[in-house]
Amino acid sequence: MSEVTLTIDDKEVKAKEGMTVLEAAQEAGFDIPTLCHHDKLAPYGGCRLCTVEVNDGRRTRLVTSCVYQVKDGITVKTESEKVVRIRKLLLELLWARAPGVQALRDYGIKYGIDRTKFDIGPTCCILCGQCVRYCAEVKKKNALGFVGRGIRRQVMFFPEIAVEECAKCGGECFSICPTGVLPSNYALTQLPGFTFPTRFLG
Amino acid sequence: MPKLKSAADLEKLRQEIQNKAQGKKVVSVTNGADGRARGSQEVVQALVKEIEKQGLKDKVLVKSTGCHGFCEKEPIVVIFPEEICYVEVKPADVPEIVSATLAQGKIIERLLYQDPNSGKRISKESEIPFYKAQNRVVLGNNRFIDMESIDDYIALGGYSALAKALTKMTPEDVLSQIKESNLKGRGGGGFPAGRKWETTRNAPGKIKYAIVNAHEGEPSAFMDRAILLGNPHSVLEGLIIGAYAIGASQGYIYLRHDSPQTIDVVNKALTQAEHYGLLGKNILGSGFDFNVELHRDIGIFVSGESTALMTSIEGSVPEPRPKYIHTSVSGIHQRPTNLNNVETWANVPLIIGKGVAWFTGIGTEVSKGTKIISLAGNINNTGLVEVPMGVTLRELVYDIGGGIPGKKKLKAVYIGGPLGGCLPESQLNLKVDFDELWEAGAPIGAGSMIVMDETNCMVNFARYFLNFLADESCGKCIPCREGVYQMLKIMNRICQGEGREGDIELLTEISVVVMDASLCALGQTAPNPVLGTIKHFRKEYEAHIEQKRCPTGVCQMLAVVGRG
Repeated sequence: MSEVTLTIDDKEVKAKEGMTVLEAAQEAGFDIPTLCHHDKLAPYGGCRLCTVEVNDGRRTRLVTSCVYQVKDGITVKTESEKVVRIRKLLLELLWARAPGVQALRDYGIKYGIDRTKFDIGPTCCILCGQCVRYCAEVKKKNALGFVGRGIRRQVMFFPEIAVEECAKCGGECFSICPTGVLPSNYALTQLPGFTFPTRFLG
Repeated sequence: MPKLKSAADLEKLRQEIQNKAQGKKVVSVTNGADGRARGSQEVVQALVKEIEKQGLKDKVLVKSTGCHGFCEKEPIVVIFPEEICYVEVKPADVPEIVSATLAQGKIIERLLYQDPNSGKRISKESEIPFYKAQNRVVLGNNRFIDMESIDDYIALGGYSALAKALTKMTPEDVLSQIKESNLKGRGGGGFPAGRKWETTRNAPGKIKYAIVNAHEGEPSAFMDRAILLGNPHSVLEGLIIGAYAIGASQGYIYLRHDSPQTIDVVNKALTQAEHYGLLGKNILGSGFDFNVELHRDIGIFVSGESTALMTSIEGSVPEPRPKYIHTSVSGIHQRPTNLNNVETWANVPLIIGKGVAWFTGIGTEVSKGTKIISLAGNINNTGLVEVPMGVTLRELVYDIGGGIPGKKKLKAVYIGGPLGGCLPESQLNLKVDFDELWEAGAPIGAGSMIVMDETNCMVNFARYFLNFLADESCGKCIPCREGVYQMLKIMNRICQGEGREGDIELLTEISVVVMDASLCALGQTAPNPVLGTIKHFRKEYEAHIEQKRCPTGVCQMLAVVGRG
C-alpha cells in the first residue's frame, strides 16, 4: 500500500491509500463528528455529519469523509463555513426526531445547538443503523433490520431470528447503540408468553 | 426457424417475413397500458372476431401495438397501407370498420380525428397536427410493430444495425461512433453515453455489465414504458450493440414490478431474441456472447437511482450508496457496470444503422437527436411527443399540445418531474436542449412536462411533489429523510393557512443543506420544486403565508391536506 499526503486544516497528514478521509483525520487527531461510523463496520455514509470540504486541485466540493477515500495532494477543510452550517442543521433535524440522545447533546454543545426550530417528534432512535449493520456484518445474523422507508423507517428485531440468536450473542448491539433505547426494542420480542404465528416459522 | 448463424441468415429471414406480409392490409390498434384503460383490448378482440366472421382473415393482419403517442384519443385504430386513422374507437364501431373500411376501402367520417380549431376531419394519422410537428425516429415504428412480435421488428430492418456492428465493425469503431454522435443520456443526467461506455470499457475487470434502466417512477413520465412496450427489440438491439462496444457479457433490464404488461412483453422479447440466436452464445456467428436478464424492482422510486438499482440487482434493499468511485468502474458486485436509460439505448441502433451524420443532423449544437417528452397536465393533447432537440417549449405547448383547454392562460410548465424545475410563461421561448434548460433551472430530466394554467396553485403543486419525494425517500441519510420531511410539514401548514413569517427563508435554508449533504440524486434535487416555485412565484407563497389566502382557491385553508 502506497502512502499519500494530504492537507487537513492546514496540517500535512500522511495516510495509506484506500483509507477514508475520516480515518486519516482521526488518526491525525482531528475530531470530525459522526453518528453512524463504527470501526468494525463498513463505511455507510448515512448521518452526513462528517461532511467536509475537499479540494482535489480541480474543484472544491462537499464530500462525506467516512466514504471518501484519500487522494494524494487533496486539501480538506473539516470546519468550513458550509460544513458547519450543514452540521448545525442536521443536528437540529435529528434533535427534532430524538431530543434526548446524549451523542446529539454532546455535538450540540460543540456547535451551539441546544434546541430545535422544528416540531419535536416522538422517537428515540436516530437511525444510524449501527446495530443493524453490526448484526449483519460482524455477527452475520440479521436479527434486526430497517423496516419502512423515508420518515417511516425504523429498526425492528425479527422475532423468529432474534429468539434464537440474540440470547447467544448477549446483545452486543446494545453496547454500540449511541442512544441506549435499543434494549427496550428487543425486550418486546422477549415478552412472556410471546408465541410466533406459525406462518412465520415455516 | 433455426438459430441465425450469420448476417446473411438474418437478411434471408427478413425477406421471408416481408414476403409473407406482402399485399395484406394491416390494422394496428394501440393496446398499451393507457389504451387498455380505455378498452382497447376489447377492440382488438372484436376486430379479430369480426374479421374472421366476414372472411377477411387471409387478407388482414391485426396488430396489437404499443402507444403511438396520442394517449388522449386512444384507442386508436390505424389501417395500412392507406394510413386511415380512427380515434376513440369502441368495440361497437368494429363491425362497421371491418365491413366498410377493410372490405370496401370506405372511410367512416365520424371516427376520424376532428381538428378542434378548424373542425376539419383528418383521415391520415401523420396529418393530425399533433403528429405533424414531430420527428418520430424512436417512437415512429411503434405503429407497425405488434408488441409481441420480433418478426415485425425484423421486417422493418430490425437487428440490421446489430449485424453491421458485429460483422463489419470492431467494438472500438462502435464506441467511437457513439462518442462522435454525442448521444447524451436521456434518463436525466444528460451525460454523454459514449464517455460512459468508454470508462466501463477501459475499467479493469473481466466481467462487465450493461443495464437498461427502465425504472420510470416519477409522476407524469411515461416515455420509457411506451418505447419498451411498443418496440422492445429496439432497446434490446441497442443494449446488445452497447455490450459489444463495452465488452459486457451480462445485461439486465431493470423494470418496475407493477407494470405486468411490460414485464410480459419484455420477457417474450428476450425469449424470441434467444430463439433466433440474437442473444446467447456466438451471436450471428461473430463470437460475441451476451445474455440478458430481466430484473424487477420492489416498488420504490429511488430504486431507479443507479447505485440503488445495482444494489437491488445484487439482491439487497435498493438503497443508494456513495458513488465517489463511478459505477462505470465499480458497479454491480464492484465490477464495471454501464447503465443507460431506455430511450438512450433505443437511439443506439439508429445511430449505428443510419450513421452518425444522420443523427447529428437532428437537434441543436450541443444536444443531438430527438427527445421524447410526455405532455401532461392542463393541455389539450395529452400524450407522448418526440421532437428534435431545439424545439421551443411554446411550440410544444401550443402547436403539438394544442394549447390549454378552455382557452385558459398558461401559468407555468414543469419540466423533468419532481426533481426538475418550473418555468413561468415568460420563459416559454426556451428550447428543448440539455444545456439551455439546465441553465434556466429546469433540467430536462427524463423528459416529462406538466402544463399548468392560471387555475393551478403553484404552492400546492410544489407541496404535491414534495409529498411524493418525502414518501419515496429511502430514509438512509438524514438530510433527505428528516430535511424533506420537515420541508413537507412547513409546506403543509402553508397550504392549510397556517404559514408563519419566515417560512420561505426556512424552506430555503433547509433546501440548501438537503441539496449539499444528501447521499443520492433524490435528496440532492428534492428541494427543486420548492425552490423553483419560490423563485418564480414568491407572491403566491406570500399570499398563503401573510394573507392566509390561496390566490387560485385550490388550497382549502385550515383543511387537513396530506400527511405530516
